[in-house]
Amino acid sequence: MFISGLAASFRSVFTLVLIGTYVGIGALAHDYGFSLAWIMLSTVLVWAGPAQVIMISALGTGAPLFEVALAVFLSGVRFLPMVVSLLPILRGPRTKVRDLFVAAHFTSASTWVESFRLLPPLPQDARIPFCNGLAIGFMLSGHIGSVIGFYLAASLPALLTAVLLFLTPISFLLSTAQNSITLVNRLALAFGLVVSPLLVYFQVGLDLMWTGLVAGSAAYAVHRLRGKRR
Amino acid sequence: MNELAPYLVLLLVGFLPNEIWRVLGVWIGGGLAEDSEFIVWVRAVAVAVLAAVIAKLTVAPPGALAVAPLAVRLVALGGGFLTFLIVRRSVFAGLVAGELLLLFGGLLFPA
Repeated sequence: MFISGLAASFRSVFTLVLIGTYVGIGALAHDYGFSLAWIMLSTVLVWAGPAQVIMISALGTGAPLFEVALAVFLSGVRFLPMVVSLLPILRGPRTKVRDLFVAAHFTSASTWVESFRLLPPLPQDARIPFCNGLAIGFMLSGHIGSVIGFYLAASLPALLTAVLLFLTPISFLLSTAQNSITLVNRLALAFGLVVSPLLVYFQVGLDLMWTGLVAGSAAYAVHRLRGKRR
Repeated sequence: MNELAPYLVLLLVGFLPNEIWRVLGVWIGGGLAEDSEFIVWVRAVAVAVLAAVIAKLTVAPPGALAVAPLAVRLVALGGGFLTFLIVRRSVFAGLVAGELLLLFGGLLFPA
């Protein structure tokens, strides 16, 4: 089943998305002077595109470690509801807790979406091995992207490197916009895009954290006010 | 020691703060409703942090992206987003449009 999961990953649309995302991450990391080994290990350990971009760009610009950790912490919150909702599909009567932690570590937007599509027809015992194969396959695609991005960024003319680096903000903007179905998340995205440059311009410290708290809470407040009026 | 330092940083500010949510997810299991008010707020904060990262990479970008001037970067991001909205919320269409705008903008107006 591990092998069928691995094979399923290469037939998934997310393989292309992951290669594209990690080409951007590889190029970004090269630009900030990280080693290829460090990037690939970060993919294995962190396994979350947004968190890796936050980490690389914040560490690269010399942000305090505490703020980097806090920003990564805030960006990782989506894994809580993801893992909670995935557990009932994965867990059988004889499932070991250790195996669940492995499956939880492999959970990302890509594996989460594909698990809901591919797991239900499978027998209970086969689901975790299939999931592991799927995630390892996706990670391999990510590594391929990182290597391409890292070496292209080192050898391309400046403007084409800029095109590679631009992959990160544009793909994150569009995929976040696509995943933001509720009003509160759309407002949080819009407010964050406006608040962040202001904080950077006025050189306010811990700007990632403040943007998150100010723009996110403002969006939440609008959501609550609308709810009360109804 | 100095060779290991980046990997220690990776564990401390990358792996641990991110992984804690996945571990919590297994621990809490089904005990937390996905639409509880607290989760709604926390997700809004998380989206805003992501928006801040997108904005910072565009407005105050890493080295090589700065070869395209600020106006070109903003037009490319905005144009990509508009294309995404027009072409049935297609991430691919928006991405291609944004990248082409950046490429030709960068060629026409070198920084």
